[in-house]
Amino acid sequence: MTIMTYRDALNQALREELKRDESVFLMGEEVAEYNGAYKVSRGLLDEFGPKRIVDTPITELGFAGVGVGAAMVGLRPVIEFMTWNFALLATDQVVNAAAKMSYMSNGQFPMPMVFRGPNGAALQLAAQHSQAWDSWYAHIPGLKVVSPGTPADAKGLLKAAIRDNNPVIVLEGEMLYNTKGEVDENPDLIVPIGKAELKREGDKCTIVTYGKMVLVALKAADQLAKEGVNVDVLDLRTIRPMDIDAIANSVAKTNRAVVVEEGWEMCGVGAQVVDFIQRECFDDLDAPVVRVHQADVPMPYAKNLEKLAKPDTAKTVAAVKRVMYLGD
Amino acid sequence: MLMQRRFEERAAEAYAIGKIGGFCHLYIGQEAVSTGTMALLRPDDYVITAYRDHGLALARGMTEREVMAELFGRAAGCSGGKGGSMHLFDRKLNFLGGHGIVGGHIPIATGVGFAIKYRGGDQVCICFFGEAAVNIGAFHEALNMASLWNLPVVFVIENNRYGMGTAIGRSTAQQDVVQRAASYAMTGVSVDGQDVYAVHNDIGVAIERARKEHRPTLVEVRTTRFMGHSMSDAASGTYRSKEELDESMQRDPIVLLKTKMLSEGMLTEDEYKKMDDEAKASAQDSWDFADAAPEPAPEELFTHVLNESPESNAPVEPELAGVAR
Repeated sequence: MTIMTYRDALNQALREELKRDESVFLMGEEVAEYNGAYKVSRGLLDEFGPKRIVDTPITELGFAGVGVGAAMVGLRPVIEFMTWNFALLATDQVVNAAAKMSYMSNGQFPMPMVFRGPNGAALQLAAQHSQAWDSWYAHIPGLKVVSPGTPADAKGLLKAAIRDNNPVIVLEGEMLYNTKGEVDENPDLIVPIGKAELKREGDKCTIVTYGKMVLVALKAADQLAKEGVNVDVLDLRTIRPMDIDAIANSVAKTNRAVVVEEGWEMCGVGAQVVDFIQRECFDDLDAPVVRVHQADVPMPYAKNLEKLAKPDTAKTVAAVKRVMYLGD
Repeated sequence: MLMQRRFEERAAEAYAIGKIGGFCHLYIGQEAVSTGTMALLRPDDYVITAYRDHGLALARGMTEREVMAELFGRAAGCSGGKGGSMHLFDRKLNFLGGHGIVGGHIPIATGVGFAIKYRGGDQVCICFFGEAAVNIGAFHEALNMASLWNLPVVFVIENNRYGMGTAIGRSTAQQDVVQRAASYAMTGVSVDGQDVYAVHNDIGVAIERARKEHRPTLVEVRTTRFMGHSMSDAASGTYRSKEELDESMQRDPIVLLKTKMLSEGMLTEDEYKKMDDEAKASAQDSWDFADAAPEPAPEELFTHVLNESPESNAPVEPELAGVAR
């Protein structure tokens, strides 16, 4: 085990998979000579050369499509979006091409490819650069969607995504790149897609979350523990396919649940989790499930308004208290 | 050409009586493009096109039976009945679809070219699309990268002058569409798309350029679709006048070729009649085959959404279809 940043863990995953498989290449804006807008690809150009670490023009739809074409004929593209905000321009390739190619062709053309980049709000980047796209991609059959919250999961899930024979959306946390954690340096280790992990065990309530909100949930759990309320923090890690057994097991134990996500409320990932819980865990529940999410507004720039809009530890603590019928 | 023509005439009939559903875009009138091009390709070259794909698929070597079965939505279809008219695929023939979003497949062709170069191969990817696709961003992005990176792709604009019901003059500022090539420092050529020899010659040059020099080319083939945009609109009378269509139909690619071959002694009327009878018979055979072929089994609903081991992509009980767990 080594302590490293989330950024370096992703870098290590890319380096190991590029070494392991000649058919893997990384393509995107500023990934090569600039070393990546967020330095995730630092050093890769020097090590693997311009054939495999490919700078593109600013042309998201175009290079996403290049990845689809390369995957159709057997390469394993890793397509980096500088941020998922820019990937909106490439949605036709992700949704209409990558996600559907296998099905439309009756399995003749699998899509072994990865679309990755930072997702969600950072600090004061305002409306067009501060969005979490989780539910958009999770809606689409034919895609897998992962959202790691820790360096170890970032490395293990990215490696699993690159080895997967399907298009995998990797939603990285822009605010997580500098966070540190223990990472196993064994190059054969992956984190399986579709498996949640109980990041903290308790018995009074389940906090279901993923991605950047894992840290928020863990902080909330610390605070709640000081008040004698011990909670499960269930990190989904993969949004699609969702580990519904893990959710059911935890809720059966705690009888209460809060879902924390970075995106907006309407048709969010949390809505899907709640739908599952009400159907499969109805008899286990002692209270309605409560959701924590971004306020239903485009992200404002002003620091105070941004803070009000974002889901955070205090809102999560309040939500847990609400499902436990604990007054403030 | 005759095979494509007779096949699609039967497809139109089948559509009219409800044996084919959805959208169905016929290629009738454009057969010299598919025929003139496909003869130039090696088996390991790649072909990709938009939704007007029947003629190109047949010319590439798909059987009439598997294409008609696909149109009929049958399991024996080239895409298992899951693709339909717009999504014909055949891995054995490197036929990469059949794509339904205008221009969406053009960057995919660039990606195939990228993969060819990545592997150091000498194959070529040929990509067909209509003239209306030159106005979509994907065209611009794809051609820019193909030229920037010296990729072996031939981009073929099948210019039939109508994007659905919108004449080129109403949609496109630079109607001489091949001029677009200059924006990408790419060679551009314009060809009479009704003349199979001209198509064969000029696209042949473009294919050699791609194969030997790894340079893409933008080729415009000037052609005419004799039918409506799809089976939903009349061939003329609304956005296109009958006079204009009648005039275009004077240059039927099949008639032009037949006339040339007759005059040069390469073909007799009897031989033509025999070929035409065979084409009609094989079209009928494909109809009979498709009509008798079974529909996809209900468990096929859930196969190939993802590519996993058999266990993880196990079929779901049919009665659970569409019902969450």
